[in-house]
Amino acid sequence: MTKMNRPIEERESIVVKFVGDSGDGMQFSGNLFSESAAFAGNDLATFPDFPSEIRAPQNTIAGVSGFQVHMGSAKIYTTGDLCDVIVAMNPASLKANLKWAKVGATLIVDSDAFEDKALEKAGYSSNPLDDKSLERYNLLKAPISLLTKESLGDLNVDSKTASRSKNMFALGMLYFIFNRPLKPSYKFFDAKFKKDPKIAKINKVVLEAGYNYAETVEAIESVIHVSPAKLQPGLYRNITGNVATAWGLLAAAEKSQRGLFLGSYPITPATEILMELSKHKSLGAKVFQAEDEIAGICSAIGASYAGKMACTTTSGPGLSLKSEAIGLAAITELPLVIVDVQRGGPSTGLPTKSEQSDLYQALFGRNGECPVIVIAASSCDNCFHYAYMAAKLSMEHMTPCILLTDGYLGFGSALFRDPKMANMPPINPPIVKANDPTYKPYKRDPETLARSWAIPGTEGLRHRIGGLEKEDITGAVTTEPLNHQKMVNFRAEKVARVANYIPEQEVDGPAKGDLLVVSWGGTYGAIHSAVQQMEREGKKISHAHFHYISPLPKNTEKILKNYKKILVCELNGGQFVNYLRMNFPMPNIHQFNKVQGLPFMINELTEKFNQLLEEK
Amino acid sequence: MMDFVNNTVERTTVQLQKADFESDQMVKWCPGCGAHAILAAVERVFPKLGYKKENFCLVSGIGCSSRFPYYVNTYGIHGIHGRALPIATGVKVSNPHLSVWVATGDGDSLAIGGNHFIHTIRRNVDINVLLFNNEIYGLTKGQYSPTTPMNKVTKTSPHGTIEHPFNIGELVMGAQGTFFARVPDNDLTLMTEAMFEAAKHDGTSIIEILQNCIIFADKAHFGITSKENRDEHMCVVRDGQPILFGANKEKGLRLNGTDIEVVELGKNGITIDDILVHDRYDPNPGIHIMLAKLGSPHFPRVFGIIRSAMFPTYDDLVEEKIRLAQQDSPIKKMDHLLKSGETWEIK
Repeated sequence: MTKMNRPIEERESIVVKFVGDSGDGMQFSGNLFSESAAFAGNDLATFPDFPSEIRAPQNTIAGVSGFQVHMGSAKIYTTGDLCDVIVAMNPASLKANLKWAKVGATLIVDSDAFEDKALEKAGYSSNPLDDKSLERYNLLKAPISLLTKESLGDLNVDSKTASRSKNMFALGMLYFIFNRPLKPSYKFFDAKFKKDPKIAKINKVVLEAGYNYAETVEAIESVIHVSPAKLQPGLYRNITGNVATAWGLLAAAEKSQRGLFLGSYPITPATEILMELSKHKSLGAKVFQAEDEIAGICSAIGASYAGKMACTTTSGPGLSLKSEAIGLAAITELPLVIVDVQRGGPSTGLPTKSEQSDLYQALFGRNGECPVIVIAASSCDNCFHYAYMAAKLSMEHMTPCILLTDGYLGFGSALFRDPKMANMPPINPPIVKANDPTYKPYKRDPETLARSWAIPGTEGLRHRIGGLEKEDITGAVTTEPLNHQKMVNFRAEKVARVANYIPEQEVDGPAKGDLLVVSWGGTYGAIHSAVQQMEREGKKISHAHFHYISPLPKNTEKILKNYKKILVCELNGGQFVNYLRMNFPMPNIHQFNKVQGLPFMINELTEKFNQLLEEK
Repeated sequence: MMDFVNNTVERTTVQLQKADFESDQMVKWCPGCGAHAILAAVERVFPKLGYKKENFCLVSGIGCSSRFPYYVNTYGIHGIHGRALPIATGVKVSNPHLSVWVATGDGDSLAIGGNHFIHTIRRNVDINVLLFNNEIYGLTKGQYSPTTPMNKVTKTSPHGTIEHPFNIGELVMGAQGTFFARVPDNDLTLMTEAMFEAAKHDGTSIIEILQNCIIFADKAHFGITSKENRDEHMCVVRDGQPILFGANKEKGLRLNGTDIEVVELGKNGITIDDILVHDRYDPNPGIHIMLAKLGSPHFPRVFGIIRSAMFPTYDDLVEEKIRLAQQDSPIKKMDHLLKSGETWEIK
C-alpha cells in the first residue's frame, strides 16, 4: 500500500455513478465499490440503471448501462438525486448522465474512448473533453484504455481481455480517491475466478495500476473520507429488494411449517425473486416455472389447496393476467401471496423503470366484489419483513395478499441486518386436525372470519371448493340471493378485520399541524429525506408513510384530521390519494404526482411542500 | 382382472365401496348426458385402486365436465376456465402422495387451456386427465369447439365451421405425451380399464372420452360408437395382440412401408402374422400417432390404450432435486441462509 500524500476531505455522504457501454462491466465495478463502502462501515444504497436491451449497439445512448452508489456516515434513504462522482467509460455514457452530475462534480473519463466515431455515435459535434463545455466540473481525463493495456504488458493478454478489464482501472482510481484497501477485492477475485487464476491476476494488476495512477496524478488534490455510519450491532449484508422478498417468503414458509411453493413466470423486474427461490431447494422450496402468468398463479392456488405456503411473483402486465385467478383464490378463501414488482405501464410500458401505478389494479382489478389484503414495502431491506407479513396475514386470515414493491426496490440494494428466525413473529394458520367432527368448509373463526384450512390427504375432511358461490358453512354450491349477499359481506369484512392485526399508522414529526405529507411504498426514502430537509430549515411538517393499504390502519382517519393540509405524493396519476378520498372524504387532501419512470427528487418535493405551506 | 397399482399414494386398509365416493350433491347434468356414465366409471374405479379415500383429489376447470368434482366425495377443487391442469400441477407437485385427477372438456383443455394442455403433457406431471370430448360447447349452449368437425353447423357456425379440428391423440403425442387412451362413453368396461391403467401410469395420462352431448351435438359419435356402427368403425387395441376389428374380427391393420392399411384375413394370402401387433409401451410414438390419427372414411377409429410409455415424471424429478440439494447443501434452515454469503459484523 502506498503512503497517503494528500489532504483528507471529510464528507457525510457521497454519490458515485459508474456509466459505460452495456458490456463495460459497470454493474460489476459498481457492486465491488459498494462492497468496499460496506466494509468501511458506511451505510449505503445502490441502484443499477440499465437498458431493457441486453446489448444495444456499442457507443450509443441506448446502450448505456450504469450503477449508482450512495454511501454515507448517516442513515442513507435513497440512491441519491445528483452525483458527486461520475465515472464515464465512453462519450455516450457521459452524454446520457451529465444531467445527474452536481455542479463541481468529479468526472473521471476514459479519454481514449473519446475518439471521432464514438463521439459522433453519441451525438457530440465536438469533443467535450477539449471544448470547455465541462468547465463547471472537475474533469479528470485519464487514458484508461491505454494504461490498462500497458499495465498488462508482461502478462501476454489479448486486446479483448485487456479492454474488458479497464473497468478495474477506473475502480482502482476510485479506491485511491476514497482511500479504500485493495485486499478485499483481491480476495474476491481469487474466489470468483477460482477456475481461472489468470483472470484473477489480470483484475488485480489493473486495479492496482488504476490505484497507482491516481496517486501520481496531480489533478487529484485530496482524498475523500466518509466515516463509518452508526449502525445497530449485528450481522450485515448488502441486499437487493428482490432477494430480500425471496428470503422473507422463505422465512415465512419455515416459520409456518407449510413449505414454500412458488408458481411463476419470468417478467422484468420481478424475475430475480423466481431465480433466487430456485436456488433454495435445500430449504425445501418447490419452484415451478410455469408456461405463463396464469399457470403460475393457478399452480400456486393448487399448492395452497394442498397445504403449501403458496406464492406467485410478477409485475404489472402479469398481474393483469392473474386477475381472474386472484378472484378464485378470494372466493375459495385460500391463502396466496402475490408479489407485484411494479414497473412503468400501461401494457409493456417501461419494463426497467419504476412506478407506483398498479395500486388501483391491486385494490380493484378483479371482477365481482373481490377485496384482498394489499401491503407495500418501502425499502430494499424491508421487502424481507413485508414479504413475511404478506404470507403471515394471508395464511392466518385465509385470503390472498398482494405485496407491492417496485423496480427501484427490487433492483436496488441497501444494508440488511440479518434477523434471527427465533425473533420473527409466529405464524399460525387455521389448519384443521384430522377427523374433526365439527369441520365444515365455510365455517368461520368468529374473530377473524377466516374459514379453516383442511388439507387433502387428511382423514375425515374431504370437501370440495371452487369458483362457484358457496353456501355459508356447508360449502354447497348455491345461487340463493341472500346467501350470496352474506358471503360477499363475509369476504369484505374478513379483509377489513385484518386491521385488528396490523400496527397502527405512525407519523414522523408533530402529531398536529399545518401539513401532513402522505406516501406509500418505494418512495419512502426520497420523501423522508425531503421532510428531514424541511425540518432542518425549521419548517413544521409531518410525514405518514403507509405500508398497510387494504385494510388501512385503524387510526388513519384520526391522523388525517389532525392537519390543515394533507399532501399525498405518489409516482402515479393519483391512486392512493383517491383511495384516501374515497374512504375519508375531506376537502383538504392535495396531491403531488409524477409518472416519468423516475423517482422523486428531493428538491421537487421540498418545492411543493413550501408552496403548500405558503398558500393560505 | 385388474392388477395392483404401485406408487407412493398411501393405501387403504379396508375395501372401499362405490358408496364411499358418492357425494351428497344433486347431479345436475342433462338426463341422457354421457357424463353420467363417466361418473359411474369413476365411482367404480376409485374403490378398486386401493388408495385411502382421503388421498384422491379431483380438479376441474369450467364447462359441463368441470362440475365433476362436486359429484364425487373426494377432496376437490373446481377452478377457472382452462386452468385445471396448472391447478392440478400445483396440487401434485406440493403433495406427490395424492392421486390427482382432472375432469375437463374439449373447450376447457384444447381452446382456452390449450397452452396448459401441451405444457403439462410435456412435463409429464403424474396426473390423470379425463377429457370429455363432446365436440361442442355445452354449458354456453352450442358453439363449435376445437374438436368440432369441419363444416359442422353450430350456433356460431350457421354456415358450417371452417376450422380444422384437433385430433387429441396426435396433439398429446406431439407434445411428447406418455399416455393416451381413447374410449367411448357407452362402454363402461373399456372406460374403467383405461382409468385404471391411467392411474397405474406414472406421468400425465390423457383419456379422451367420446362423450355424447344429448342437447347440442347429439349422436356426434354415433357413426363410430353406436351398436350398428361399432364393428366396422371401432377398433380396440390391446397390448401384445394383433390389431383386429369387424363383426368377426376378420379385418386388421397392417403396416405397409410407412403407412397403415386395412386388410382382410384370408384375402390375398393375408394371415394373422401379417397384422400389426400393438405395443403400447414403445417409447417411439411413431406407430401410436399413426393409430391415433386413423378414422373414416377409409379406416376405423382406434380405441383402447394407444400409448403408455415410461418416462420420468416432473413431480418425481422435483423431489429428487430437493433430496440431492438437502443432502449436499450446508444450508439446512433459514438461519443458515441468513448467515451465508458476504456479510460483516458490526459491534
